[in-house]
Amino acid sequence: MNAFTAALADGAVVAERNLIKIKRLPDLLVFTTVQPVMFVLLFAYVFGGAIDVPGVDYREFLMAGIFVQTVAFGSTITGTGLADDLQKGIIDRFRSLPMSRAAVLVGRTTSDLVNNLIVVVVMSACGLLVGWRIREDVLSAAAGFALLLLFSYALSWISATIGLAVRSVEVVNNASFLWVFPLTFLSNAFVPLEGYAPWLRPVAEWNPVTAVIAAVRDFFGNVPPPGTPGLPPPSDAWPLQHPVIASLGWIALILAVFVPLAIRQYRRAATR
Amino acid sequence: MSPPVGTSPYRADVTSNAIWAEGLVKTYGSRRGSVRALDGLDLAVPEGSVLGLLGPNGAGKTTAVRVLTTLLRPDSGAASVLGHDVLREPGAVRRIIGLSGQYAAVDEHLTGNENLVMVGRLYHLGRRRSTQRATELLARFDLEDAADRTVKTYSGGMRRRLDLAGALVAQPRVLLLDEPTTGLDPRSRIGLWDVIAELVREGTTLLLTSQYLEEVDKLADTVAVVDHGRIIAGGTSDELKRQVGGERLELSVASAAELEAARDLLAAVGDAEPSVDVAARQLVVPVTDGSRALVEAVRRADADGVTLQDVALRRPTLDDVFLTLTGRGAEDGEADAVAPPAQRERPAARAGR
Ligand SMILES: Nc1ncnc2c1ncn2[C@@H]1O[C@H](COP(=O)(O)OP(=O)(O)OP(=O)(O)O)[C@@H](O)[C@H]1O
Ligand SMILES: [Mg+2]
Repeated sequence: MNAFTAALADGAVVAERNLIKIKRLPDLLVFTTVQPVMFVLLFAYVFGGAIDVPGVDYREFLMAGIFVQTVAFGSTITGTGLADDLQKGIIDRFRSLPMSRAAVLVGRTTSDLVNNLIVVVVMSACGLLVGWRIREDVLSAAAGFALLLLFSYALSWISATIGLAVRSVEVVNNASFLWVFPLTFLSNAFVPLEGYAPWLRPVAEWNPVTAVIAAVRDFFGNVPPPGTPGLPPPSDAWPLQHPVIASLGWIALILAVFVPLAIRQYRRAATR
Repeated sequence: MSPPVGTSPYRADVTSNAIWAEGLVKTYGSRRGSVRALDGLDLAVPEGSVLGLLGPNGAGKTTAVRVLTTLLRPDSGAASVLGHDVLREPGAVRRIIGLSGQYAAVDEHLTGNENLVMVGRLYHLGRRRSTQRATELLARFDLEDAADRTVKTYSGGMRRRLDLAGALVAQPRVLLLDEPTTGLDPRSRIGLWDVIAELVREGTTLLLTSQYLEEVDKLADTVAVVDHGRIIAGGTSDELKRQVGGERLELSVASAAELEAARDLLAAVGDAEPSVDVAARQLVVPVTDGSRALVEAVRRADADGVTLQDVALRRPTLDDVFLTLTGRGAEDGEADAVAPPAQRERPAARAGR
């Protein structure tokens, strides 16, 4: 068995163990799904009439943003899970076993991907109930969901790095708000980019979340048809001209930076 | 570089020993200063034998075990397990060792059975063999009835036993147990001693740490006493006992006025100068022939008119070892050297480490 297949095989055992936890502690899943469901309902019914996006139903416009925000928050359980395992000495137990060194991280991020998949299913159901529809074909819809999950997987590695650095579940929780909130709000999730102050607008345009949301919206067809009267001119920022390529680029960049960082942090955290 | 104070009786070459370490140094740094947890620790455990690492809180036992099990890198020094260098071949070391750390590292949300099967699979035993081992070990550690309950519902002693079972999953040739019996009731303790004795008969090499001389005496072929990150004495437990003396005769008298007389009579029956705890009005002296010394002491007390409140014959404790070897009690820095070691507290979680 080479290092790569060993990481996958041992990672699968670790992921299986984490998934048993989701089954035994459904509260966790309830919490991760209640928040987005609440967001869907709040935005749909409270702001639904107040915010006007020409040419498209605001509820439909909103769903991609809520999807991305939710999987971003969902990815933070990677950090809390790792901090918890460190605190409880489980990581020590793993490290005394002849298993692949990457397995704990591979397993953790994989089970959190599955967790996010469940969350996305629950949210889609909720969205469909309040009138959200996918207006493109199955292939395009699948591409939208795949991009969403791929992005959440990349964010899991950021969360892993933080979790291993701070080593305390409570601190990871607080830290998560510090990075996920600005990241998701400073985007096109809830308001169109045209609403931003000129100095803030480039930040939002180059935010990875913006690119992913724009791409997912396109894949789901939740965008105004071109030529809709009253539609402001489309942003000419590069990431919004090429949202899919920009999203994939951001995902690749996040993975390239945070996978090695998390692995290094894992080695250090554990041997401290 | 401080010169070695303690003797290292086990200086031997790597190959003839299952566990070997030389000059291990580990300093923990923090903002409030640094602690030298290991300060030139040497160890040698011949294959198939049992070494008891005996020492008080903070002596460096856990740190030593963590270095030997590849969990911690020492600042300097070298160590090997069955000839595999701990620093250069950690993977090879992990394949042949079993570890049970000081705090049970079991997953609360899994059942006892699931915990052991997971460990087996991570040792690459395969799913079937792992399940089979889990069943065997749950029976051996008296956890059959709790096998399919989540560990959350286990008592402290049950978790401890599950953790020990985890160390045995892959039938390791070298086993390291950090305070294996802490938190076990007398019955489980004896049960564990039996399991250990059986493993040793089958040829397992064992290093265990303990704060109890009695336990080490019972299980170990050789004993190494650790203090401030170094071995300060070692040898077979008989050799250690010869150094430390055998049983202890302990007297307490009714009034402080009688301490002087009691001291004289103990000096006459004991092997050494009695130590006196004035506040507790208690005196202790090592004796060779315990029961004869006891009778003699009582006879003399009666003749001298000393009122004895309590007389007891007991085995030497870690505290006595330290008193003899270092002139102070095991509880470092305590003025009251004769006081019994304070009750230990086990932190509930390892938060903030
Ligand atoms: N992670 C750590 N950070 C800082 N200091 C530490 C750390 N771990 C241990 N120490 C310090 O190193 C010294 C040795 O600790 P160690 O845990 O090895 O002792 P021990 O012999 O196992 O004690 P005990 O019987 O209480 O388990 C102690 O002074 C302890 O405070
Ligand atoms: Mg310890």
